[in-house]
Amino acid sequence: MVFLQIAAKDLRSELRTKESLNASLSFAVVILLLFSFAFDPSSEAVAEFSGGLLWLVFAFAGALILNRSFARELPNDCLEVLIASPVSGAQLFLGKTVASFVLLLTIEVICLPIFGIFYDITWIPQALPLLGIFALGTWGMTILGTLFSALTVNLSLRELMLPMLLYPLMLPALMAAMRLTTILLAGNAIAGNDMVWLRLLIGFDIIFTALSLALVETILVR
Amino acid sequence: MTKNIRLVLGALVGILLLRNLYVILFNLPDEMEQGPVYRIFYYHLPAFFAAILCYITALVASSMYLIKKNLRYDAIAMSATEVGLAFAAVNLITGMIWGRISWGIWWAWDARLTWALICWLVYFGYLMLRQAIDDPTERAKNSAVLSIFAFVSVAITYKAIEWWRTQHPGPVLSIRTGKQLIDPIMENMLYMNFLALATLAVLMVIIRLNQEEMQRQIDGLRRRAHAI
Amino acid sequence: MPEPVLAVDHVYKYFGDYPALHDVSFSLNGGECLALIGRNGAGKTTMLKILAGLSGAAQGEVRLFGDSPRQASARRRIGLLGHGIGVYDELTAIENLTIFAQLYGVSASVARHWLERTQLAHVANAPVREFSRGMRQRLAVARAFLHDPALLILDEPFTALDDRAIALLQGLLAEAKAAGRTIIMSTHQLREAMELATHVALIERGKLVHFGPRSAEMLADPTYVYRTFGAA
Repeated sequence: MVFLQIAAKDLRSELRTKESLNASLSFAVVILLLFSFAFDPSSEAVAEFSGGLLWLVFAFAGALILNRSFARELPNDCLEVLIASPVSGAQLFLGKTVASFVLLLTIEVICLPIFGIFYDITWIPQALPLLGIFALGTWGMTILGTLFSALTVNLSLRELMLPMLLYPLMLPALMAAMRLTTILLAGNAIAGNDMVWLRLLIGFDIIFTALSLALVETILVR
Repeated sequence: MTKNIRLVLGALVGILLLRNLYVILFNLPDEMEQGPVYRIFYYHLPAFFAAILCYITALVASSMYLIKKNLRYDAIAMSATEVGLAFAAVNLITGMIWGRISWGIWWAWDARLTWALICWLVYFGYLMLRQAIDDPTERAKNSAVLSIFAFVSVAITYKAIEWWRTQHPGPVLSIRTGKQLIDPIMENMLYMNFLALATLAVLMVIIRLNQEEMQRQIDGLRRRAHAI
Repeated sequence: MPEPVLAVDHVYKYFGDYPALHDVSFSLNGGECLALIGRNGAGKTTMLKILAGLSGAAQGEVRLFGDSPRQASARRRIGLLGHGIGVYDELTAIENLTIFAQLYGVSASVARHWLERTQLAHVANAPVREFSRGMRQRLAVARAFLHDPALLILDEPFTALDDRAIALLQGLLAEAKAAGRTIIMSTHQLREAMELATHVALIERGKLVHFGPRSAEMLADPTYVYRTFGAA
């Protein structure tokens, strides 16, 4: 599958320089540190916003990774060469989404234990469901984020415009991910009324994946 | 021809708004619990619906642009979004004033108000994107795609916020009062003012559209002049 | 009569209301080589981008091998050499060529072969970041040619090439022409272009003011085209 080749190329490039991976990870840890001053880690209330906190960190770290996604093709006019190649716009886009997804998920998996230590939250019993929610939420973020990366790639204020466009539009996914993560971190299972959030997250992912795949070619061809 | 349409519309809007204002201030009775301040609701809710109308217009225009590639549709989408933002701002500000006077708080994380704010930010992002792109065709294409994404997202967010708020109940800006307006005089006024504001919206879109067409022509001429 | 490899039919392209290309029509058959000349800003790059599938024509039709340029089957047979070298600085030469071999559906051994042809075999495992300018150009040429494209689209290919790279490119182009491949190249280097070209086109302010076979006069004096058919 061609999109896997594109994903592999992006991942290989990133692992060679580790630029955005390092920046993103350091940024995430710094924010976790800053949050510990804004929100008292020892208070009872932490359980209520643990998911919210974590996903804010992921959203900020994600912007750095997503920005790089299409921007990495700009030097040497590589984007032009890729669009002119037999790869369809959708395959190119999907490959880049997968690469960003893998990178961001890796950062999240590293952040979780750090978060657990800083805020004294046990997460190990819920590790698998948590990973599932991370995956679903991250997919929502990367599918929209990669599309906006393509949309803003030629703009001078790219680093500002991408998060400004992405965050409000990904709010439903963000809300669902925050809610579900908070539930899991509190030691509960997702059931009953809370299932609506899971359905929302999955629905969001499906709708925006379809919409993005349909419209990305329009964006890439001038 | 368009000038005449604008004049006629303008006159119609003027008459409607003045007439409504008179009725609102002098003829309608006070609401049971809130007293006179509730009258701001006659602008708050219709402005909300006028904004929605504009956003739907923007969605349709954006889709038409992607299909037909006619820059006219792009101009309509942009104008409708700008006017929608104006009405959404009216909705937000009247909501804030109402909340301040009725409950003493400037902002309530009420579902509808929160959603209105999100919508506003989303469509403001649309305008920001347009500002950042110079080439008219690129600008039209990319903002059309964003407009479609924006609409789908705010539609989903509407439901999501309601669920979120039911789990964190907070002060609710009496949209409930809106549902209890069984009194036909009041309901009638809501429709009347919606008509007035919707007509105003159409007028503003037409004016903005004309401005945009003129700007496009000027830009085209500039490019031609530079090339010589 | 076989269908032309490349057919441009009443193509318009606008930037806003400004016509960057105005009613351009021409066609090329297999084995022909078109030198596309014109001043900066005339519309050469715009035309080439449309041919390469990077851009869409606002009006009119473009057919490559009978298909739209956006069809994967058409793009598979195009080799593009634009202004940028189109390779990744952080990856090695062999990695770069292998990626493009994969994308174009040719076997990876082709990558190694082309490193040798462009005299880059000794730096196969070095990142492109470390290459000299001439080496980067040669790698770009390798990338453009490795899938044996039937149509070569070259945008000012001789600009900023060192002498080794120019010799390499000229050799490859002559070879391609002899093998029946089609070439379209925009250029300011009129002498090199006229040697290779079978046809010449002059674009001025978006309009195709001349299209025809390369004549003896053009070969003798490359500026002949500007003087004879150009406006100013």
